[in-house]
Amino acid sequence: MGANLRLEATLARGSPAASYAPVSCAAPMPVNTSAIGKTFAPGTYAVGREKVKEYANAVGETNPVHLDPAAARAAGYADVVAPPMFAVVFISQTMTPTLFDPEVGMNFALMVHGGQSFEWTRPIVAGEEITTHVSVKDIYEKDGKGFYVYETISKDESDETVVTGEWTFLVRGV
Amino acid sequence: MSFNAGDAINELKVTPDKFLPVRYAGASGDFNPIHTDKEYATMVGLPSTILHGLWSMAQVARAVTDNAGGPEKITSLSVQFRGMGFPEQEITVSGTVREVEGDVATLDVVAEQNGNAIIRNAVAKVDAT
Repeated sequence: MGANLRLEATLARGSPAASYAPVSCAAPMPVNTSAIGKTFAPGTYAVGREKVKEYANAVGETNPVHLDPAAARAAGYADVVAPPMFAVVFISQTMTPTLFDPEVGMNFALMVHGGQSFEWTRPIVAGEEITTHVSVKDIYEKDGKGFYVYETISKDESDETVVTGEWTFLVRGV
Repeated sequence: MSFNAGDAINELKVTPDKFLPVRYAGASGDFNPIHTDKEYATMVGLPSTILHGLWSMAQVARAVTDNAGGPEKITSLSVQFRGMGFPEQEITVSGTVREVEGDVATLDVVAEQNGNAIIRNAVAKVDAT
């Protein structure tokens, strides 16, 4: 069975517990490209000081601008600075449900998170509200694998883009 | 921080403890049990619980921002996830400066654990001023 089966973390974030049910012999499904270009309802996340600190501690950040409001202010920020990869926290809340979109039709049992990229415009600090827009950028088949590429655009309260993300998921055996 | 093409960046070494994936799950909201439940992980064919890929990517980002002089210095990071990472084994993030053009330095970075690249083809752009 699934010696090479790997469920990738990102998928199950925030999903109902039932989604974790392991499937070891799911039938291959051909890719359906009709969802290319599909957009989803944007979602807004309020960046909190303690959440930033919790995340910073979990990833081992020691720079005090992430942990200590006084140090952050001394460095010119209004409050603690979210580490760049904190983007996954505010994006996932909005994006994760879209991965289960039936029109996209990803076969989770055979899926891995293959690649990830982010572009940052500026640091984000506690107290900001970030709104993330999610779309399906591409779906294609290559070497017997299905590739599902999502794009996320996260904007601040002035509607300025602060982070863009490209998330590539691979499904084997399509 | 000054960057010169061909230079190695300062390495980052980190050993995630046994319960790190539990803390990262809570911090990130990613509760996939392959990261926290050994019984579940082995049931779906994994050798044991594995690290969150995005936690490992965060170690690459941390190495980059530590080298560049702060979180405001990184402008992009692109990675490919490959081998699985495991708790209680040391990870080394290393890299070199590919090029410097104007104020932008491009870094090639990799995260390895026991000689296995768990993050590869990582490319970061940083403000080199």
